[in-house]
Amino acid sequence: MATNVEARLRVPTTAKKGDVIDIKSLISHPMNSGFVKDASGKTIPRDIINTFTCSFNGQQVFAMKLEPAISANPFISFPVKVQESGTFDFQWVDDNGQVYKDSAKITVS
Amino acid sequence: MITTGPTRRDVLSLALSGSAVAIAACLFPSRAWATPADAKAALEKLGPGTPQPGKITINAPEIAENGNTVPIVLDVDSPMTQQSYVKTIMMVADGNPLPGVARFDLSPVNARAHVEFRIRLAQTQNITAVALMSDGSMWTATKNVKVTIGGCGG
Repeated sequence: MATNVEARLRVPTTAKKGDVIDIKSLISHPMNSGFVKDASGKTIPRDIINTFTCSFNGQQVFAMKLEPAISANPFISFPVKVQESGTFDFQWVDDNGQVYKDSAKITVS
Repeated sequence: MITTGPTRRDVLSLALSGSAVAIAACLFPSRAWATPADAKAALEKLGPGTPQPGKITINAPEIAENGNTVPIVLDVDSPMTQQSYVKTIMMVADGNPLPGVARFDLSPVNARAHVEFRIRLAQTQNITAVALMSDGSMWTATKNVKVTIGGCGG
């Protein structure tokens, strides 16, 4: 099971109404693909982040399904157009059912 | 005839084949590679119809030195309005143990159909992206990425 999983976000804190902002997210996770063996020759069981979602004020704005071909510590970046102040909620789910959450506030003027 | 020890050539070829075996063992311990047909089958889950080439730009390095983290930028040419937007983008790789790479759900709120992420490539291969638009049309692009060190480790 993945330990010390930590999410990092880069979301602007302020924006003008109608601006398109870039959201960058990174989560430290080994993304064990299930194809790699450890030093003793045993296969390391698959454990990847398989779902990532981002919602703004409760409404989904981005979702991604991840496969073992995504690199360790998955980095994901995407644009969002903001019309009002609010909170971005991020959620990552791994193969063990572990849910990791983070959020970021933005003030839109 | 005097027999000497292994020649320089023997040693070199042995070393080469040895490392090839090591790489192969690390990459597919128990199963075969995905094939272009597997990749195509995976893409068919996106919807009915045949994707036409165009509209998608795959920005990836020509030569990836490290197959463990290959940066990918996908752009789809779309106005991203309520009338016309990109619903889903799917990416597959035809030379990894599994063909699937990622699938993205977008909506007009994204304003631009643009995603950045990093992938693993086990060897030199083609990566293909397909975009499903709100009107049901599908567009595709393929790019060949040369990999010098395969992404077989963690």
